[in-house]
Amino acid sequence: MALPALLLFALFALVPMAIVVYLSFTRWDGLGSPAWAGTDNWRTALTSDVTRHALWLTAKMMVFSWVVQTPISLLLGVFVSGKQRYRALLAVFYFVPLLISTAAIAVIFKNLLDPNFGLGAALDLPILGQDWLGDPQLAFYAAVFVIAWQFVPFHTLLYQAGARQIPASLYEAASIDGAGRLKQFWHITLPQLRYTIVTSSTLMVVGSLTYFDLVFVLTGGGPGYATRILPLDMYITGFQSNQMGLASAISVVLVLAGLLLSLALLRFSGFNRMRSQQAGM
Amino acid sequence: MTPRMPSRALITASAAVLTLTLAACGSSGRTAGGGSGDGTLAWALTQGSEATFRASATEWNKAHPDSEITYQYFQNDPYKQKLRTAVGAGNGPVLFENWGGGGLKSYVDAGKVADLTPDLDASPEWKNRIFPSVLKSATFDGKVYGVPVNGVQPVVLYYSKELLEQVGAQPPKTWDDLLALVKKLKAEGVAPISMGGASKWPDLMWLEYLVDRVGGPETFANIAAGKKGAWSDPAVLKAAQMIKQLVDAGGFAKGFTSVSADTGQAEAQLYTGKAAMILQGSWGYGTISTGSPKFVSEGHLGWTGFPAVTGGKGDATNIVGNTANFFSLSGQASAKERKTAVSYLKDGVYNDTYVDNLLKNGDVPPVKDLDTRLKATDNADWTTYVYHLARDAKSFQLSWDQALTPELGNELLTHLDQLFLGQISPEQFCAQMDKAATK
Repeated sequence: MALPALLLFALFALVPMAIVVYLSFTRWDGLGSPAWAGTDNWRTALTSDVTRHALWLTAKMMVFSWVVQTPISLLLGVFVSGKQRYRALLAVFYFVPLLISTAAIAVIFKNLLDPNFGLGAALDLPILGQDWLGDPQLAFYAAVFVIAWQFVPFHTLLYQAGARQIPASLYEAASIDGAGRLKQFWHITLPQLRYTIVTSSTLMVVGSLTYFDLVFVLTGGGPGYATRILPLDMYITGFQSNQMGLASAISVVLVLAGLLLSLALLRFSGFNRMRSQQAGM
Repeated sequence: MTPRMPSRALITASAAVLTLTLAACGSSGRTAGGGSGDGTLAWALTQGSEATFRASATEWNKAHPDSEITYQYFQNDPYKQKLRTAVGAGNGPVLFENWGGGGLKSYVDAGKVADLTPDLDASPEWKNRIFPSVLKSATFDGKVYGVPVNGVQPVVLYYSKELLEQVGAQPPKTWDDLLALVKKLKAEGVAPISMGGASKWPDLMWLEYLVDRVGGPETFANIAAGKKGAWSDPAVLKAAQMIKQLVDAGGFAKGFTSVSADTGQAEAQLYTGKAAMILQGSWGYGTISTGSPKFVSEGHLGWTGFPAVTGGKGDATNIVGNTANFFSLSGQASAKERKTAVSYLKDGVYNDTYVDNLLKNGDVPPVKDLDTRLKATDNADWTTYVYHLARDAKSFQLSWDQALTPELGNELLTHLDQLFLGQISPEQFCAQMDKAATK
């Protein structure tokens, strides 16, 4: 029964990946035929300042994304899982970013952040009129912000679902014991949400390796190298500079990084030993 | 209860899918123009001259029912990749639009493009009607691999007559004029120059012009030829220092590094009165007149050549920009396809109706003896200006990102971006480009 699935997986995942590994040892401009280059591309990829910087930026992006998105999604998720009066209304508005395509989000923010015609100029607020995407110091954080704007709703959804699973009896018991809201959150909600946190963080961390479309449309990797994260570096190397061999090497690095991260997360979070929440509550 | 599937059928089905997929991947051999039905296939861009191409194909096909031309149109950036992939896989079209220069050369080097020299030599009236300076962008080792099909696109300095009058200034004739004007405009609270720096290629126009004005066309000829240390030529260094000088003087409008050139926001700064000047290709005229027809019709838009540099070697009539777009012929075309394509390029392109259609669109084709026709157009002063600019230029330098290999062109754009941002010094810029060129 598993054979067709395995065949498709091999055809569309393993074979292309093997080809990429092969290409990473060749010099190829996408036209003629690939010429064997030995380990040249690998040496370039591992020693070039540009790629190292891209790797560093990717790691930084990962950390900042997690640090910004997790607390916001967690708090919002717990809030919208409650019974407040306007909760449903908030939830509807709040999840709008989930419905908009990444490219559209990037174009919208590009225009909003424009120093001459954007929000800052329209409202005449100098603080908003910073050169968000043109200043190498700011562009990275502007990208982190837009990414958070796009993905927080999704993670909020996860936390909302997680928080709804927590039995009400726990809170009833706690309030009988005299625990306040803060204590309840700290001692019941958070521990009960631990697997949701792991799930959400895994998606966030591994997903941050694939932030390509948004950054590409928003800044194109600039100004200078300020937002040239690894997936973008791969794209620019391959499809703008036509160095398919080097780009293949970079993409293998990207695959390996993703694989290692997932494995590490599984190991350190104990996600693979996850116990049933039903029985052992 | 799990439903039992007839597993043999499934396996057969997936085997069939697999075979089909592999067959599709492995279809080898010459398929230029294949799969698109009848006619000789041409790929072109949706922007710019699409209307002219369409009209020309209709006219041609009516007159030549047995050797038809079929067009397919694509968006600019996806097109570059689609073309490369298709041609690389041997599935390219018979005719394809391109920009000449290093990009075209990589296709030539891979043996994917046909040499058009014998055809051009066989009909001198065809060859002689095209500006030689334009044809040069598609000529490698004395062989011609493409012919221009639309208008010339020189880079000119646009300005707002209103804002210049407001500060009582004339359009700059020399670099010193420009620096003085920047000071004056800033004092009046007007941003001197707008630029789509986020797209990086507008930065390049400044470098191209300054290097040419300071060192003459030979400086870039050395760079293009890959001469060792060509990027550290005193002229390049001087040009980079002048750029730094202009940036430091506050020449460019606030936030220019985040303005995208693709959305027309840099031009918008000019016609909304936020900035006084912009250096842009001739397509900027179209962008401005679309963005604010009133600004143009009321005569607020002025244009002039790039300022001269005192003591520089380059002639002040030299221009840079995109010479024109070219059609190149696939090296894998069959004899019949080739015959159709060549006769279409010879008689279907730049004939009277074609030229009129281009002019109607504001496109000025690099074809000789157009003066009387230009006078008849709606925007005659502009088209005549562009025509004379291209005709009288001692040198017409193809945009460097097109002239160089894509790899080096890309490095150039990034390092130049850093120079404009002040992240690297002019000396570092030269050194880094020399290093990139030797890779």
